[in-house]
Amino acid sequence: MSTIQPNISVEYVKNATIVSFTDEKILEEKDINSLQESIMTVIEQAEQINLIIDFSHVKFLSSAVLGLLIRVSKRIYEHNGRLRLCNIDPKIYEIFKITRLTKTFDISKNVDSAVKELSHVK
Amino acid sequence: MTGALFFSDSVFLENSCYKSIMTSKTPASYSIVVESRPSAIVSVFEQIQSKLVDHNFGKDDIFAVHLTLEEAFLNAVKHGNKQDPSKKVKVDYSIDADKIEISITDQGAGFQPETIDDPRFGENLFKPGGRGLLLMNSYMDMVKFNEQGNSVHMVRYKEKPFLSKNKSDNSDTQN
Repeated sequence: MSTIQPNISVEYVKNATIVSFTDEKILEEKDINSLQESIMTVIEQAEQINLIIDFSHVKFLSSAVLGLLIRVSKRIYEHNGRLRLCNIDPKIYEIFKITRLTKTFDISKNVDSAVKELSHVK
Repeated sequence: MTGALFFSDSVFLENSCYKSIMTSKTPASYSIVVESRPSAIVSVFEQIQSKLVDHNFGKDDIFAVHLTLEEAFLNAVKHGNKQDPSKKVKVDYSIDADKIEISITDQGAGFQPETIDDPRFGENLFKPGGRGLLLMNSYMDMVKFNEQGNSVHMVRYKEKPFLSKNKSDNSDTQN
């Protein structure tokens, strides 16, 4: 099952909700705000969400998106949910490393491993 | 004050650009004044990107310049010009076979970069903002602010694929 919203697609696999960013570049403030709104809605609709954010389409992002991810992760933890990021392009992964956000976020190689990891833990 | 003089002395029109090439050895330099809104950087980057491609800069260089431009420009618009639509941002750049130099100047009061907390440690790691300067410093070879703190000058040297792949063999590099 897949629903399309502006800039994201949402899919449900086992006990996880997979949000994919559909844009190749995420830069514009209004896009980032609308992304955040869409994701927050998905989080609010679920109880204790297991959220996977899939970056497979994303080739470029700026630090504003990192801010978005931090706000999203805080909201998830407030709701006792869990978050994993996956399919991060090596160049973008480098941004996570430089900012040390690899220490903050749980990052999986792909959606399958993220789903597995979320079903094992807890 | 310096920023205001910088702008009033300029004859640039909004979104205008001119090019000056002094001699064949002098790098081509360009100057653009754009509106102070985040999306104004899109066309500036497109222009710079095509020049980077013309000068055989690789994907890593283009990614680095793109990211740096986004971060520096957003800082200028948000923190420098405080989203004031009557203000402008000036982008100067020059490109030659080895490097690109970019200066971004806003019309704000300026800031002292050393007062910005390191976003990698302690509570800062969990704050949504404050990573732009770190990324600029990481992706450029030199980042220097003017005394007032309203203008940043940045340099990135072209990646040398032969040198980075095989440091013992410099014979193929042109220098």
